[in-house]
Amino acid sequence: MTASALGRASEGTRVVRTRRARRFTRLLLPAYSWLVIAYLVFPIAVMIAYSFNKVTTGLPQVSFAWNGFTLEWYRQWSSVPQLTSSFWLSIRLAVSATVLATIVGTLLALALVRYRPPRFRGKAAYEQVLFLNIAAPEIVLGASLLGLFVTINLARGFLTLLLAHVAFCIAYVAITVRARMAGFDRSLEEAATDLGANSLVTFTKITLPLIMPGVMAGGLMAFAISIDDFVTSNFVSGSAVPFPVWVYGVTRIGIPPQVFVFGSAIFAFGIACAIASIVISRRRT
Amino acid sequence: MPGARPRRSVPRARLGKVFAPYLLSLPAGLWLLILFLIPLVVMLSLSLQSCNNATGACVMTWHWAEFGQQLSLYHSQLLTSFYFAGAATVIDVVVSFPIAYWIAFYGGNKKNFFLLMLLVPFFVSFVIRTVVWSFILSDQGVVLGTLKHAHLLPQSFHVLATGYAVVAGLAYNYLPFTALPLYVAIERIDKRVLDAAYDLYASKRQAFMNVILPLTMPGLFAAFLLTFIPALGDYVNQQVLGGTSDTMIGTVIQNAFLTNLDYAGGSALSAVLMAVALIGIFAYARLLGSTAIEEYL
Repeated sequence: MTASALGRASEGTRVVRTRRARRFTRLLLPAYSWLVIAYLVFPIAVMIAYSFNKVTTGLPQVSFAWNGFTLEWYRQWSSVPQLTSSFWLSIRLAVSATVLATIVGTLLALALVRYRPPRFRGKAAYEQVLFLNIAAPEIVLGASLLGLFVTINLARGFLTLLLAHVAFCIAYVAITVRARMAGFDRSLEEAATDLGANSLVTFTKITLPLIMPGVMAGGLMAFAISIDDFVTSNFVSGSAVPFPVWVYGVTRIGIPPQVFVFGSAIFAFGIACAIASIVISRRRT
Repeated sequence: MPGARPRRSVPRARLGKVFAPYLLSLPAGLWLLILFLIPLVVMLSLSLQSCNNATGACVMTWHWAEFGQQLSLYHSQLLTSFYFAGAATVIDVVVSFPIAYWIAFYGGNKKNFFLLMLLVPFFVSFVIRTVVWSFILSDQGVVLGTLKHAHLLPQSFHVLATGYAVVAGLAYNYLPFTALPLYVAIERIDKRVLDAAYDLYASKRQAFMNVILPLTMPGLFAAFLLTFIPALGDYVNQQVLGGTSDTMIGTVIQNAFLTNLDYAGGSALSAVLMAVALIGIFAYARLLGSTAIEEYL
């Protein structure tokens, strides 16, 4: 029955397929793909499950074994002070880095989209540096930044974290904004200028609203990269400990269940934002 | 009088226009120069200095021997890194090619949903993801514990603290970096080219080998760059999932900088890692151009 239904469905396609090939694309390939998706989602399900796991020993640490369901860790989500403070530090850091990197990166993207070599010498150099920045192993970026901070004797803390985070976010912002500006219509700006708007008014009233979706996308990218960064942060954090660095530190001594509560909450928030953006973009088109 | 204003403002506007591209790119340029390019130079120079271990003071001595010394000490860790990162990359390509192909050709109007599913791991912090894998792979954890309970595995069987766990963690964490470029490349294939191949009596296999695979090559290269190079320098997976016998170079660099304060040695090893990465980066830029990677991000 299934086979005949599938047969009817594929009638009219130009490609004559054998029954085996049809079974491959209609059954095996989707089944395999869902298996991969299950594999990707599985650890997240485990994380959420363990955030509800009871603790039987005296120490509040997540145990490998399942001890029963509890909401205790959600009720006491803020009872590990260092964890909570490292989380807020990460938020503050990501917001600051996002704002700075988005401004700086967007300006660079404007220069890269609008000007070519006779007017803008060094464009190719910028593009190569952006590529190098993205493709270089992060451990090298972190280690070399630490080398710099040690050499110039700059105390490690929030400032060094911010400098480093902006440094690796700029490239992603510039590339994202640039890609979204591909179909930008310059004649709208020219029209504004012809109607007597000065360059500041043209920029704030015409250019900025038009490129705003791209800028937002770049900013989101920067925020996501910054808040999840571990490698570079671990090198340059010093006294200010962001969330991933703190979690990494406690893997050796035992993880408080609240870590998984935070993980689950961040996951839920991120997924909600992603679904919202998909729904909104679908409604617009 | 009405003509006076434009005449006065024209030179100023022209000057602004001449410098516009440079002014716009200046903040980013300075930031990347001071906090990306100069640190790389500092790193190279640190690796050529001799440091006093007691005071931490370093003096430039053009001491190239540091490289030989570090390599002879840690060449096995470097090889392990190549081996693990290579294995993870191969696994990722094999695992993600079919799903990328399926989403690109058969995703229909659900493409965005499936892409979101590929990105789902990124909604959980990288460190937490790796920690959760240590739970999953632990001897009495969800998977092995259950299998052992059902006597499908011997009690002595273990994965955690072996190279297999490290490769599994790397493969999981970098899978989206392989799947997305592959998807972008396959998505871009003109379906009419495929139809033409079938019209010319190509078999399914021939069409795949002679049409799809060659057209996916740029994506495959991008996937390699975005998976292999980060995995090569990764030390979180090795530290959380691996044992003490299979240390990767990232762990050595981290310990040199943060535990032993051996900046010269750590810098030399970082420089070696950067040199390896640069080979891949230059090859990519040569073949596909330095802006090509942007299509796959």
